[in-house]
Amino acid sequence: MSAGPRRRAVIAGVATSDYPHLPHLSEHAVHAQAADRALADAGLTFADVDGLATTGFFPMYATGVAEYLGLHPIYLDETNTGGSSFEVLVEHAAHAVEAGAVDVVLVTYGSVQLSQMGRRLGTGGGGGGFAPGPAIYDALWGNTLVGNYALAARRHMHEFGTTPEQLAGVAVSMRRHAAHNPQAQEREPITVEDVVSSRLVADPLHKLDCCVISDGGAACIVTTEERAADLPRAPVYVLGAAHATTHHMNMSAMPSLTRTPAAQSGPVAFARAGITPQDVDVAQLYDSFTITVVLTVEDLGFCAKGEGGSFVENGGLELGGRLPTNTDGGGLSACHPGMRGMFLIVEAVRQLRGECGATQVPAAAIAVAHGTGGMLSTGATLVLGKEAP
Amino acid sequence: MTDRSALADDERPPKPRPAPVPDADSAEYWAAAHDGRLVVQRCTNCHHRQLYPRDRCLVCRGPVEWVEASGRGTVYSYTVIRQNYSRPFRDWIPYVVALVDLEEGPRVMTNIVGCEPEAVTVGMAVKAHFEAVSDTAGIALFSPDE
Repeated sequence: MSAGPRRRAVIAGVATSDYPHLPHLSEHAVHAQAADRALADAGLTFADVDGLATTGFFPMYATGVAEYLGLHPIYLDETNTGGSSFEVLVEHAAHAVEAGAVDVVLVTYGSVQLSQMGRRLGTGGGGGGFAPGPAIYDALWGNTLVGNYALAARRHMHEFGTTPEQLAGVAVSMRRHAAHNPQAQEREPITVEDVVSSRLVADPLHKLDCCVISDGGAACIVTTEERAADLPRAPVYVLGAAHATTHHMNMSAMPSLTRTPAAQSGPVAFARAGITPQDVDVAQLYDSFTITVVLTVEDLGFCAKGEGGSFVENGGLELGGRLPTNTDGGGLSACHPGMRGMFLIVEAVRQLRGECGATQVPAAAIAVAHGTGGMLSTGATLVLGKEAP
Repeated sequence: MTDRSALADDERPPKPRPAPVPDADSAEYWAAAHDGRLVVQRCTNCHHRQLYPRDRCLVCRGPVEWVEASGRGTVYSYTVIRQNYSRPFRDWIPYVVALVDLEEGPRVMTNIVGCEPEAVTVGMAVKAHFEAVSDTAGIALFSPDE
């Protein structure tokens, strides 16, 4: 590497694919559509790409996407931490471009989960009774994906007096944001009463406490500040990032059901970015379930542990509220194709570029995208900024 | 898409509980439950007790031995599953999945049986009983400890 000015990682382009229902597209075609649009947004072409970061549900996934897209990159990353993968992939890509290992990393995500597997995947499956290795210990009891998050919600209610109505407030706010997103899967306004009177899937979580199940993809371009200087979009800086894990698939192995990996990744990412939670203007927080958001706002330090319920209720997460969150409508209303983390980054960048129209947070300068993966198993925090650090 | 829930009351014979396949770490744990005993691992060095079974102590990485547990514990958290398309579980709906903190310390996932789902609470005292699920494995279910 040649000596010279410090290379700073920026996000130079972002895009979402069409969503939420893409029966006419293959999974790889969703990657391609999102990649086309992110490159166009950045003013780049596939010929400029020398790195690829993506992940999915089988090994050598990134290699397969490279093949499909006709790329021969010198940098490949397919780290899979579940829904938080894309925050980790951008963290890694930022390190790699800053180290000079690669210049332009395309980060893509694509899924046709809704068309292929249907709604059964999220709310009905996950209790098949077989699992490899130690995951078997929690697989014998008919617990479901929703059931795992329900265990955390029940414990949070027990320890802190959190109510179903407070959880419902998260879903209501996401739906209000989704009303402004023409692509959103669910746009009809809902009330707290609608949420708590929707059917219980796994007590205490109701149907409307759960994310939608969608097709969709998204992409971003990570490059250097220097390269972005010649590109059309204002660069968004990667100010700091960190990730953490507490357990894999066994909730019985999670030390505390009310303390997620965000409690570890958040403070490290904020310290690396040189900010505090109070400096954050807008947040994109993984909302697989309403409880996920309550735990995340506490663990990232936006409020004290146990106060998440009162933080999120009465519009706390809406424009003008305590912490405008998931301004696209989130996974609860807009789009949740399995690993939503890439969408969080796209919306954070759009906020910092001032492109969000009716849900734009005025003068947003610092955004946080926080992904949660597995069964609250992993957390990855990405701090993005409008200005160079 | 076929609505499989419409088949919930079909005529097929009940599907048995899934059985774990014992491996080098777990064989003794499943075998003990098959014989009606709940065992936990204890570190011979620092005396930390743990589940699930591993080849070493999670605290000091020392060697572990098996010790018999009382089978008593308290509910750390629980949920009532009201939707699961997989058999045999969908035949049990609604049923309780819980995390139980054993008297000895380790936490296990289980089903709470022998009471209405509505009767389960966080902190409730429970005790283990056992069900053989294969020739080599049993599992510990829990019910209210009255």
